Amino acid sequence: MNENWRKHRGAFASLLGPGLAMLAFAIVVPMALMLALSFSEQRGLTQVAFTGTLASYARALEPLYLGVVAQSVWISLATTIATLAIAYPVALAIALAPPKRRDLLLLLVVLPFWTNLLVRTYALIIVLSPTGLLYTPVAVVLSLVYVSLPFAVLPLYAQLERLDRRLLEASRDLGASAWTTFRRVMLPLTAPGLAAAAVLVFVPTLGSFLQSDLLGGAGTQMIGNVIERQFKSANDWPFGSALSFLLVYATAGVVALASLARAKRR
Amino acid sequence: MRSLLSPKITRRAFTGGLTAAVSLPALVGCGDKKSQIRVYNWDTYIGPTTLEDFTKATGTEVRYDLFADNAELFAKLREGNPGYDVIVPSNDTVERMIRADMLVALDRTKIPNFANLEPAFQDAAFDKGRKYTMPYFWGTVGIGYRKSKVPTPPTSWASIFDNPSMKGRISVLGEPAQLVGIAAKYLGYSINVRDPEQIAAAEKLLIKAKPTFLTIAGDDGQDRLLRGEVDLCMEHSGDILQVMKEDPDLGFALPKEGGLLWQDCLAIPKGAPNVAAAHDFINFILRPDVHAAIAATIRYPLPNAAAKKLMSADYLNDSAIYPPADALAKSETQTYPGEATQRLYDETLTRLRAA
Repeated sequence: MNENWRKHRGAFASLLGPGLAMLAFAIVVPMALMLALSFSEQRGLTQVAFTGTLASYARALEPLYLGVVAQSVWISLATTIATLAIAYPVALAIALAPPKRRDLLLLLVVLPFWTNLLVRTYALIIVLSPTGLLYTPVAVVLSLVYVSLPFAVLPLYAQLERLDRRLLEASRDLGASAWTTFRRVMLPLTAPGLAAAAVLVFVPTLGSFLQSDLLGGAGTQMIGNVIERQFKSANDWPFGSALSFLLVYATAGVVALASLARAKRR
Repeated sequence: MRSLLSPKITRRAFTGGLTAAVSLPALVGCGDKKSQIRVYNWDTYIGPTTLEDFTKATGTEVRYDLFADNAELFAKLREGNPGYDVIVPSNDTVERMIRADMLVALDRTKIPNFANLEPAFQDAAFDKGRKYTMPYFWGTVGIGYRKSKVPTPPTSWASIFDNPSMKGRISVLGEPAQLVGIAAKYLGYSINVRDPEQIAAAEKLLIKAKPTFLTIAGDDGQDRLLRGEVDLCMEHSGDILQVMKEDPDLGFALPKEGGLLWQDCLAIPKGAPNVAAAHDFINFILRPDVHAAIAATIRYPLPNAAAKKLMSADYLNDSAIYPPADALAKSETQTYPGEATQRLYDETLTRLRAA
């Protein structure tokens, strides 16, 4: 392709403009405000003063909150592993389906998005109630897997659809078993899709609070619940912001480490 | 996938969508001219025809939004009023909002129905001289229970806090100040517990009782009681009374130590677009027939003497609605604790859940 943005600055600017404006308005500005809040002090009921204090971060690093973060990480890891284990075969089945069927199957994958998340979570309360799983961590993981599945199936499908089938055939022709072909050929070739899916599932799950609130029971608490309370009943926005940003730093760190590891391998 | 993401857009459909997008603001503009108010209230907290009746009586349209708890209401208004004319905060949140200068002083001359209120409700500790709020309904937080599973009606908060045989069969409110306050009340302290040592004692009690708690959650324990997931729950009186209508096996009791007494109020937040119509709405609610019709639906106690005269004996004599005088006398109203104590309450809840 000969076209590039240097040749058509005006066209590119007008195409990218709305997206960039939306990003600035909905992400950069609020995040900057939250970052400032996390270094601020609560003065009275609705007043906050920016003082550059680290008090909120110091409090966020107390063992009490690190323990809550640890529980959130466990729940998110369990969710990610279960989601990938279910999504991979589904994505493979769709990629191997006749082209005409694929559209319908992909539509079915995104169908849950047509209903509101809250409604779907309440529906799970009704489904889980007779099983005895309701108000346990298992219920939280189940609902998070359910919510996350489309985010894993779609990138995995994109990867599997592009996979050169001749490589699989060659592997089988050369005497490798189906399992070996999967493990030594298919899995390494689709690793980028798996990594993308893992990040897309793990990151939003780590910050979730709705599922643990509604399905979690007395003992389940994710860091999202603590953050939510800081913005509501505790009315401590600086502390809530510091906790949120701690999650941002941690997630950015994990993603950076993952891409570093990948770069090293190449 | 491609055909999914790029459906063919016909020109007609496109211009149709465009017209709709352009005319939408115009329609909204029309509504403004016709006088409209936005009311922000709790769920299941109004009569079946109250809003229509108001529109019929005054010509002012009502846009009605719901909030789940005081924290949500406060958070929504903290950074400025997003356009609400009438809100329904509870006593301690009223106090908080007055201190933060978030409420409009009411013009009493526009609320003649104030005279209908019982003398006890014409003033309030959290709003001296009733400058900013009018009482909407009041009630208690006590114990809802399933009669077939709890043979003798609970008489003490011990049923909630010291009942090891009910493992995973109890639900408590997750609002930190309420939960800690009621636990303190059971220990013989005030619901408005401020002393860190007493708060720590309440925490110890709660952590010990935790195995009996199925959920520490929002204001929906009545649903769990109704579905049979729990047999006992700490809840607002009216919430339990509403599910008691659906299931006669349920009951409500105000413990002998006293419960939490609350009062929800009608108020106008600063920045309300239609202050005049908001006064009309508040005055309309305090009209005896209107207030009585709401009470008949939601089954909370009325602060309105003239409205009470219109109520059935069945409502007025129900001890679950109007609790026995001695337990009521020992009950306490929550006051605003200040930000430092609020933090202690919140940490208590975080530790309880993590325990």
